[in-house]
Amino acid sequence: MTYHQPVPLLWWTRRRSYVVFVLRELSSVAVAWFVVHFLLLVTAVHRGPGAYQEFLDWSARPLILVVNLVALAFVVLHAVTWFNLAPKALVVRVQGQQVPPRMIAAGHFGAWFVVSAIVAWVLVVML
Amino acid sequence: MPDTITLQVARYRPESESAPTLQEYEVPLREEWAVLDGLNYVKDHLDGTLSFRWSCRMGICGSCGMTVNGDPALTCGTFLTDYAPGPVRVEPLANFPVIRDLVVEIDDFLHKLPEVKPWLVRDDDGGVDDVEFLQTPEQLDAYKQYSMCINCMLCYSACPVYGIEPDFLGPAAIALAQRYNLAPATSAHQRLDVLATDAGVWACTYVGECTRACPKGVDPAGAIQRYKLTAAARTLLPWGKR
Ligand code: SF4
Ligand code: FES
Repeated sequence: MTYHQPVPLLWWTRRRSYVVFVLRELSSVAVAWFVVHFLLLVTAVHRGPGAYQEFLDWSARPLILVVNLVALAFVVLHAVTWFNLAPKALVVRVQGQQVPPRMIAAGHFGAWFVVSAIVAWVLVVML
Repeated sequence: MPDTITLQVARYRPESESAPTLQEYEVPLREEWAVLDGLNYVKDHLDGTLSFRWSCRMGICGSCGMTVNGDPALTCGTFLTDYAPGPVRVEPLANFPVIRDLVVEIDDFLHKLPEVKPWLVRDDDGGVDDVEFLQTPEQLDAYKQYSMCINCMLCYSACPVYGIEPDFLGPAAIALAQRYNLAPATSAHQRLDVLATDAGVWACTYVGECTRACPKGVDPAGAIQRYKLTAAARTLLPWGKR
């Protein structure tokens, strides 16, 4: 009889990387929440100015603010770990030389920053 | 430096117990002694019934992998002095069924290895005997690290996905597939049906512990993430299917 070593319930607390892994998996809940929140916004806009104002007031409530901040933290964690992974997946060669992994990650973070800056600019100009 | 150190060794005797227990042994603490030397001292001088695997004592055969103080390690390359004053807990590799004491069942891994066709597979069925496959040093560099694997299974032991999903093909098998995918004389898409599946690369959530655990610098996590890109390109892009 072989003995099957059980996986303890709290196995993921044993290593930092395990914790990060579980948090990253959990971040999908945060993404789902943002989708729901966005859909609520769209519905409110569709229903008219009154409903929109109601939605804004509801979103400004401390509880919803906290939920959104926590969700934002999860989504940022997801994005950062995803970009850090990029150099593992992408092996780019330029003139026979492998581009250093740091450069690949830096490129991703740079692109993220540029896109965010453009979005922020559009929002500011539109307002 | 004290001259002895305590080993807490997991014992499992299936004929008399239903779960492993820890047994303590006092072994000499010598500067040049690895954990494996401590175990061999136990076997030779204290308790001949202790079972464990080892062969080369130089990080080549891959048979001495165990869990040392919670981390997967080659016991021939892990030194007792690094754990002084002790105690040092020695347990079987996690995620594998235990046969006896520190000996784990490796059948699952041995069945997975050939699934990835770890040999040169070519579309043109010309016999390998008649041709010479030339490769440049750069082409060799592209896959060389993946060929350094010694099948020690430390990466499987470190991988929580494998612990939860035993069907997962796993780090070393996928790294081995990449070793042949990236060799210039081979047809990479031949392994798509095994690798681009739920139990293949898509089971991996990139914890990265396999790469940290690997004593040979193989970077299986990198191999898997790289193949994810290949698999996505081949299955999603219209011109990827060739
Ligand atoms: S990839 Fe590294 S850790 Fe995994 S079996 Fe091979 S040598 Fe061992
Ligand atoms: S005894 Fe061969 S790798 Fe440790």
